[in-house]
Amino acid sequence: MRRLLAPVPIAVLAVLVALVALLGYGLSENEPDRKVEEALGAGERDPAPPLQLPRLSGVGAETLDQYKGQVVVLNFWASWCEPCRKESPLLQRWHERMEKRKGTVVGVDVQDVTDDARDFISEYALTYPMLRDGEGLTRETFAIIGFPETFVLDRRGRIAAVRRGPVDERFMREQVQPLLKEPA
Amino acid sequence: MRRLAALVAALGVLALPGVAIAQDCPRTTLADIEDEVMCPICGTPLALATEAPQAQRERAYIERQIRDCRSKEQIKQALVAQFGESVLALPGDGGGDDLGDRLVYVIPALGILLGLGGVALAVARWRRRTPRQAARVTAATDSGRLESDMERYDL
Repeated sequence: MRRLLAPVPIAVLAVLVALVALLGYGLSENEPDRKVEEALGAGERDPAPPLQLPRLSGVGAETLDQYKGQVVVLNFWASWCEPCRKESPLLQRWHERMEKRKGTVVGVDVQDVTDDARDFISEYALTYPMLRDGEGLTRETFAIIGFPETFVLDRRGRIAAVRRGPVDERFMREQVQPLLKEPA
Repeated sequence: MRRLAALVAALGVLALPGVAIAQDCPRTTLADIEDEVMCPICGTPLALATEAPQAQRERAYIERQIRDCRSKEQIKQALVAQFGESVLALPGDGGGDDLGDRLVYVIPALGILLGLGGVALAVARWRRRTPRQAARVTAATDSGRLESDMERYDL
């Protein structure tokens, strides 16, 4: 017993406990945040986190509040992301459709080289508003784990649907179209 | 022949500004930069993110900057403008005099010093203990031999 109370075994034990605690912390931190999905599963719509970002054009900034009263398809993307290429023409088509019914797609280019992002926009002739999140702050606020990810916001700025991965026609028809009929 | 020589001379004169520009260009290499900056999406130093497409885009961006004759510091600043301070992998590179930046260097140094101290202490204790133990072992061996001798000679 005395040997166990000696400084060396106590130090070894302390190091082991610290390592286990560190491992536990690391595992819990890597657990993806699924609060949005949980709320949606319970039939609730949580308010979207606040967002203020510069425009990708480099001129001025925008906030999500500016879009209150509109249905917003908030799409997080990056120019290096292959699935983003696949969904961009679809998003552009839907943006054109939604514009007439008080709706819009808003793109957020995350941690990307600006010139590459601008080339991407020209390549797909995207006309919807584009914001730039160079530092990737939205990855934490919106709990983004990959690209692309899309959040659909109702006219009151609440998250009504989410897609982790590229959107398709079916998702847009089932999740976005009904929102366009909702009053503000 | 004279015409050819004149043409070569003219071409040489034309090439001179290019050579001068090339000499003015800072000798920055991708390898020199990529272990000092992060691939922000991957969360690892750029040098370690070999296959990731986002890392390849970042490398291409750095190479474009190198071709534009930018120095290492200028390229790092350009990367900060693109991705923010977190793109810098080396502590203290952000220019701030944060306590955290200093601790990153101080804590491992302290750890090494403490480790070396511990090893030195352990060696000293072991060396002090060894002669005593050896004496104890020798005494035990001697008394055993004495016992057996006495038994053998029936004393």
